[in-house]
Amino acid sequence: MLRFILRRLLITIPMVLVVVSVTWGLIRLAPGNFYTGEKPIPPAIEKNIRERYGLDKPWYVQYGRMISNTLHGDFGISLKYQGEPVNRILKNALPVSATIGVLAYLLALAVGIVSGTLAALRQNSNLDYTSMAAAMIGISLPNFVLGPTLVLFLSLTWYVLPPALWGGPRHLILPVITLSGVYMAYIARLARSGMLEVLRSNYIRTARAKGLAERHVLIRHALRGGLLPVVSFSGPALAFLLTGTVVVEKIFALPGLGNYFINANLNRDEPLIIGIVAFISIVVLIFNLMVDIAYGFIDPRVRY
Amino acid sequence: MLLSVRNLRTYFDEDGRVVKAVDGVSFDLERGETLGIVGESGSGKSVTNLTIMRLIPSPPGRIAGGEVIFDGRNLLALPDEEMRKLRGRRIAMVFQDPMTSLNPFMRISRQLTEVTRLHLGHGKAEAYEHAVHMLEMVGIPDARKRAEGYPHEFSGGMRQRVMIAMALSCKPELLIADEPTTALDVTIQAQILELIKNLKQETGTSEILITHDLGVVAGTTNRVVVMYAGKVFESAPTGELFSRPGNPYTKGLLQSVPDPTCDTKELFQIPGLPPDVANLGPGCPFAPRCFRAEAICKEQFPPFVALTPSHHSLCHFADEIYKGAS
Amino acid sequence: MTAPVAVEPEVVGTSLWKDAWRRLRRNRLAMFGLVVVIVITLASVIGPPIIHGLTGFTYDYIPSDSSLIKSFPPFTAPDGSFSWIHPMGTDIAGRDILARVLLGGRISLMVGVISTLVSLIIGITFGATAGYLGGKIDEVMMRIVDVLYAIPYMMIVIVLLAFFGGQSPLGQLFLLFAALGAVSWLTMARIVRGQVISLKNQEFILAARATGVSATKIIFRHLVPNTLGPVIVYATLTIPSVMLLESFLSFLGLGVQAPLASWGSLSADGVLNIALFPWQLICPGVTMAITLFSLNFLGDGLRDALDPQMRKG
Repeated sequence: MLRFILRRLLITIPMVLVVVSVTWGLIRLAPGNFYTGEKPIPPAIEKNIRERYGLDKPWYVQYGRMISNTLHGDFGISLKYQGEPVNRILKNALPVSATIGVLAYLLALAVGIVSGTLAALRQNSNLDYTSMAAAMIGISLPNFVLGPTLVLFLSLTWYVLPPALWGGPRHLILPVITLSGVYMAYIARLARSGMLEVLRSNYIRTARAKGLAERHVLIRHALRGGLLPVVSFSGPALAFLLTGTVVVEKIFALPGLGNYFINANLNRDEPLIIGIVAFISIVVLIFNLMVDIAYGFIDPRVRY
Repeated sequence: MLLSVRNLRTYFDEDGRVVKAVDGVSFDLERGETLGIVGESGSGKSVTNLTIMRLIPSPPGRIAGGEVIFDGRNLLALPDEEMRKLRGRRIAMVFQDPMTSLNPFMRISRQLTEVTRLHLGHGKAEAYEHAVHMLEMVGIPDARKRAEGYPHEFSGGMRQRVMIAMALSCKPELLIADEPTTALDVTIQAQILELIKNLKQETGTSEILITHDLGVVAGTTNRVVVMYAGKVFESAPTGELFSRPGNPYTKGLLQSVPDPTCDTKELFQIPGLPPDVANLGPGCPFAPRCFRAEAICKEQFPPFVALTPSHHSLCHFADEIYKGAS
Repeated sequence: MTAPVAVEPEVVGTSLWKDAWRRLRRNRLAMFGLVVVIVITLASVIGPPIIHGLTGFTYDYIPSDSSLIKSFPPFTAPDGSFSWIHPMGTDIAGRDILARVLLGGRISLMVGVISTLVSLIIGITFGATAGYLGGKIDEVMMRIVDVLYAIPYMMIVIVLLAFFGGQSPLGQLFLLFAALGAVSWLTMARIVRGQVISLKNQEFILAARATGVSATKIIFRHLVPNTLGPVIVYATLTIPSVMLLESFLSFLGLGVQAPLASWGSLSADGVLNIALFPWQLICPGVTMAITLFSLNFLGDGLRDALDPQMRKG
């Protein structure tokens, strides 16, 4: 078990380096540069910038420096936000994205598991049909439609909640709901089909034949197996959740990682791009590892 | 009389059709007796017993009629809570597939202690000791250590032993064993049957043994009920059923058992396939496959003929077959 | 005791598809989905010329007196009375939103279908090869898939589009096809591999091998056609998910570029005016949602129809 975790953590390092290298390669292969923006920059200033950021060195020196920066966890200084270290930007933007992301996923888990399980228990009832229709809408409704629609009604028509920007807890509600919609829907569907399969299984029949009360059959015997698909979904889901955050942060004008990432790309701010890509890759990989460990705890058949 | 099943009918509604999986089944079981229920797959033997336990998934299944009198009470009329208290306590079940009938996510010990803590009010330690004792009784070596394992660490035969230990841990009055050996290797089969037989004698439990294998029934049961297409075709004391069958279907089954003393004889097979129980005609459901069938068999449902007070057969020609067999 | 039932494989082959079609037809939601998908596809293809013929509008037609007739609500003429002239209203520049939504449909559906085809080609080739070869190679190939699953590849797609995009609208489209196809093949590869592994030990493959048919031929002539059922199901479900990805990218300004438009980029334009002209978001957004909804229902229905075991779930 411990060896498994160590091995996985060790694999994480080269994986992050590969992701970062691919990103770096893309940036370098692309035509244009940070300083080939709309306004032409005088050659003297361009030379200054190149020297300051080491862009005058051969590519392998720059690549080596980027890799060494990544390994040290220090991504240098942003090109766009002059003088601002990338690490400080990450530190300020992370709480925004993390809060929304974590809350959204927790909300999705809670609502998805409860409605999916209830739907499975009352298969073919109106409750089942309603929640599965809602889930289907959740999967099909892009969050850039859901979010602004919520804003239109709750903020611009009824003035219940703030429409955008980062502030108190009330500012969290709409972004979190917007982000969690799709995951809620997916989890509800997974929980339903997982529970249905388990509820039909022989070992549940055994549990009933033992005379256990139906709620014990459900809680002690069925939930574990029935929710395994939700657990294994959670790993890859996080990678997507981060993409979703980009959109939600744009809709609600939130100063999170996603917004910085998009702006960094539009501004060709290489250190910031590399920093965010490396950071998010690490987070996603570690989260995947945690999901795999959790899976092992839930299912004794899994071996490391 | 411990158990008396009267005119039991269990139907499944599937895609607008009614599948009459069990249609008018009756039989009795005395205390301490073992009853064999024999039939091909789809004959309704498992559904009959799941109905006794009221474990038919509903929908699509429904108990359409009949009575199950257990120790003087009709189980089908019992409130859910009363029925639940009976399951595992007074009536226990062993299922066909030991590989999937144990919860893969739960330690063996927990799966055993769960029953006794529920029904016998055992405390944690007491239940645990009892579980270990039960595992030893069913012949699991190193039981104390193995109890901490999970089902996937056990072989098929060992898992079936665990199932039996679990079923017998509250000393039930009735054990229903639904094809307990079908999924196991031949050598293990004999061990498991022997084990059930011995434990039954020790605990005085009555048993219903469901199987498609007449060989299994011969050595272990007092009475046999032969089922076909959801109906009882023949019901007789075991010895008499083997020596003087009163039904062409039973006869066919007996002929298709390989005879170890005679290796030249070609193995007999009943021609055709079991009928679709959703579309049965008015006549005998076995008629299309029957060697004795005449025009009447296709038109009229056969009578349940009493050949002796304890031997009944569902056939227009029951007497003739019975006499011919002697 | 009973004779084993002899099943003719050819009979199963034809009746499988017939059966599936019969089951699909009975599934009302799936049929609804199929009809809506066909209607929206047809409308996207033949709608724009019809609108052009009837009213003279095209997706990029900006009326000359633009300052006068911009941003009218649905079914409203420039003078404020009811009119069929702009069923979905106009956008801020006075362009007919219906014409733009139909164009967006063309682009979004095209991205969905072509990217799915790209992902099919990669996924089938990868999965079938891994499954057929088996052993160490299979293990390594599937490990790669596992690793790729855990990478936030949309970030790389964003970098790719941001740095290589913007050359020309058509070039951007091709970039999208390739990028979205390249990130959507993982599950397909797993499905195909699983199918191939279960098929490859069956008699007809052993027979082909015994007679010396080459591995490539066995994979693509014998194994791949037999994985068709699950592949069709999964492809039907990949189309909406790719369309969703495309719309995210377009919404962020990284996808389809003007003068072309997709439902995602139209929605991005609409969001800017949500407070005053909500239909500018709602029209493309809801059209897209209905399309994805229908495709998902169709995919679910196909899965149920082609896999009766899973249907009970």
